[in-house]
Amino acid sequence: MQLFDKTAEYQQPNEEGYYGEFGGAYIPEMLFGNVEELKHQYLEIMNDPDFQIEFHALLRDYVGRPTPLFYAERLSKEIGTTVYLKREDLCHTGAHKINNTIGQILLAQRLGKTKIIAETGAGQHGVATATVCALKGMECVVYMGEKDIERQAPNVARMKLLGAKVVPATSGSKTLKDATNEAIRAWINEPDTTHYIIGSVVGPHPYPDMVAKFQSVISDEIRKQLKEKTGSELPTHVVACVGGGSNAAGAFYHFLNEPTVDLVAVEAAGHGVHSGMSAATTQLGTTGILHGSKSILMQTKDGQVVEPHSISAGLDYPGIGPLHAYLFKSGRGTFTSATDEEALEWASHLSKIEGIIPALETAHAFAVLPKMNFKPTDVVVVCLSGRGDKDLATYMSNIKM
Amino acid sequence: MSKLTNLFNQKNARVLNVYCTAGFPQLNSTLEIMESLQANGADIIELGMPYSDPLADGEVIQSSSLVALENGMTIEVLFEQLANMRKTIHIPVILMGYMNPILQYGFERFCKAAKEVGVDGLILPDLPLFEFETIYGAAINENGLDFIFLVTPETSEERLKKLDNLSSGFLYAVSSSATTGKDKDFSKVALYLKKLKAFGLKNPFLVGFGIKDKESFNAVNEYANGAIIGSAYIKALSSGSDVNAITKTFLESILK
Repeated sequence: MQLFDKTAEYQQPNEEGYYGEFGGAYIPEMLFGNVEELKHQYLEIMNDPDFQIEFHALLRDYVGRPTPLFYAERLSKEIGTTVYLKREDLCHTGAHKINNTIGQILLAQRLGKTKIIAETGAGQHGVATATVCALKGMECVVYMGEKDIERQAPNVARMKLLGAKVVPATSGSKTLKDATNEAIRAWINEPDTTHYIIGSVVGPHPYPDMVAKFQSVISDEIRKQLKEKTGSELPTHVVACVGGGSNAAGAFYHFLNEPTVDLVAVEAAGHGVHSGMSAATTQLGTTGILHGSKSILMQTKDGQVVEPHSISAGLDYPGIGPLHAYLFKSGRGTFTSATDEEALEWASHLSKIEGIIPALETAHAFAVLPKMNFKPTDVVVVCLSGRGDKDLATYMSNIKM
Repeated sequence: MSKLTNLFNQKNARVLNVYCTAGFPQLNSTLEIMESLQANGADIIELGMPYSDPLADGEVIQSSSLVALENGMTIEVLFEQLANMRKTIHIPVILMGYMNPILQYGFERFCKAAKEVGVDGLILPDLPLFEFETIYGAAINENGLDFIFLVTPETSEERLKKLDNLSSGFLYAVSSSATTGKDKDFSKVALYLKKLKAFGLKNPFLVGFGIKDKESFNAVNEYANGAIIGSAYIKALSSGSDVNAITKTFLESILK
C-alpha cells in the first residue's frame, strides 16, 4: 500500500531547485555568480560524453567500483528476511563520499577552478576531497568543526598527509553546521578561482541535485547486481542512514520512482529523540532555511538553529537535504531513528556476525533492522556507507571488548 | 514619500548608515545606541536582527550576534523595544537579517509589525530575487517598506538593472565579493564604484563591506552617495561599556 503521490518528481527538482516546497537557493548576492554558473552548467557538463567516460573510468580504476552487493547470510537468518549489503565501505578512502568528490573535481576542472574548499563532519568527505585534489593537483582547504577535529583525529591526519589544509571552525557548536558556514564564507571571499565541494545533498540549488546524481551510481549498481542475484532489479526495502543524506540519496535515487520499494531513512536519535540531545531532524524539525536551501531543520521557535547531538560526527547535523524533506513530507520515504547506544551495539554486532566493522554513521542503519517487521519474503538492501576504522577510538572507549 | 527617499532628496552625498546588532552589547542597549547614533551624525540606522548562522557576515558581526542571542534578543523582543522608537528617533531605520528567523515569526506578520513601529526598510541578504518576486515582495510592498538589494562587482549589468528597479530607498553596493569586515584593495573598489556611478541607477547607492575609518569613508564618497559601516563600529562597541562615549568618539573619527 502506498499513499504518496506517484506522479511527484523526485529525481529532478524544478528549475529553481525545488522538490515540492523544499530547496531553492537562499544565498547572498556575493555567491550568486558562482551558484548561477553551476546552475547553468552542471547538467550540461555532467551529461557530456567525455565527462561521463572520465567519471566512470575513475570510479572503476581509482575508487574500485562497482562495489559488491553482498548477501549477508548470518544477518539475514537473524532478522528473518533476505539482507544484502551494498559495500560502499570498500570504496577507496572507506566510504561513499568519494563518488561525489570525483564527480565534482572533474566538474571544477571544466569550470576552470584551481582551488577546492570543502566542509567535513566525520572527516570522510574531507578525506575524499583531499584525495581527489591530490589526484588532480589542486589546492585543497577543508573546514572542520573544532569538536570534530578532536573526535576524528585519524581523518585529520589523513587529510594533512594528502596535502590538504585543515581549518578549524570555532563558531557555534564547532561541528558540521559551523564548518559549513565557514566553508561558504571562504567561498564568498574567493569566488573566482574556487570551487566549493559540498559533501552532502544540502546547500543551495544545484548542489542537492548534483550530489544526488553523482551518488546515484550506488542505486544504479544495486539494480543491476540485484537482478543478477535474484532475477529482479527491485528490492522491497532500501535502508540508509541520514545526516544531510548523501548515501541515502544515492541508494534511493534509482528507486525513487518505483513505488513498491520502501525507502527507509535512519536518523541519529542521539540520547533519544526527545532527550534534548538528538539529531533526528524530521522528528524534531520544522520548515526553515539553512545553508542556502529551504528544508526541515532543528530550530527554536524564534528560528535559531539548534545544536544537534549524535555520537557520530557525520550525522551530527541539524538539517536534512531538501530531497529527503520532500520524501518525508510526501510520505514517499519511511523515516525512523536509532540512538547512540543502539548504533554502538550494532557496530559491535555487525562486526561479529558478518566480519565487517561499519562506520558509526552506518551502524545506525543496521540498528533499525530488528524493529522493521520484515516478512521472510522481503529483500532488503542496506547501504553500508562506510567502514569503521575512523571510529576505533570511540569504539574502544564505548564498547566492552 | 518614504523617509529614506526623503533623506536622499535632501542629502545625496556622504550619507552615513551605521549598522549595529540589536541586543548587543546588552539586551537593552538597542534604543540607547540608536539615540546616540542619531545624536552624533548618523543618517541611517541599520539594525541587525541576530541569527545563529549569518552567512554573509564576518567574525565580528557573527560574534556580536551570538552575544545578542545569549542576551535573549528575538524578533519579538526587538519589536517591543522599538514600539516607541519614533518618539525619539527621527532618522530612517532599516532592519537587516536572515530569512529563517523571519519565516518562523511569520513573514507578513513581520512586515506589518515593522511598519507599525516605524521601520522604513529591509535588507535581507539571503532572500533571492525569484522568491522576492513570486512570494515575499508583495508583503514588503503592501506595508510600504523599502527593500534594499545587494549588488556586487560580479553582478551582471542586466541583473544590476533588475535589482535597481526592484529596490527602493537605496541600493547596497558590496565593495567586493566578501563577507563583512574584510580589508579591501581599494584601487579595484574605486574602479567598480566609478562604473556603478556611471551606470545611471534609479536609486542612490551606499557602499558597504570594508568601510572602517575616515579614510575609507572619504574614499568611497568620491563615487557613492554614502557608506555603511558595520564591523568597525561593533568592534568599537566591544571595547568598553559606555556606548554613548564610544559612539560619539567613533562617529567623530569618521565625520570630523
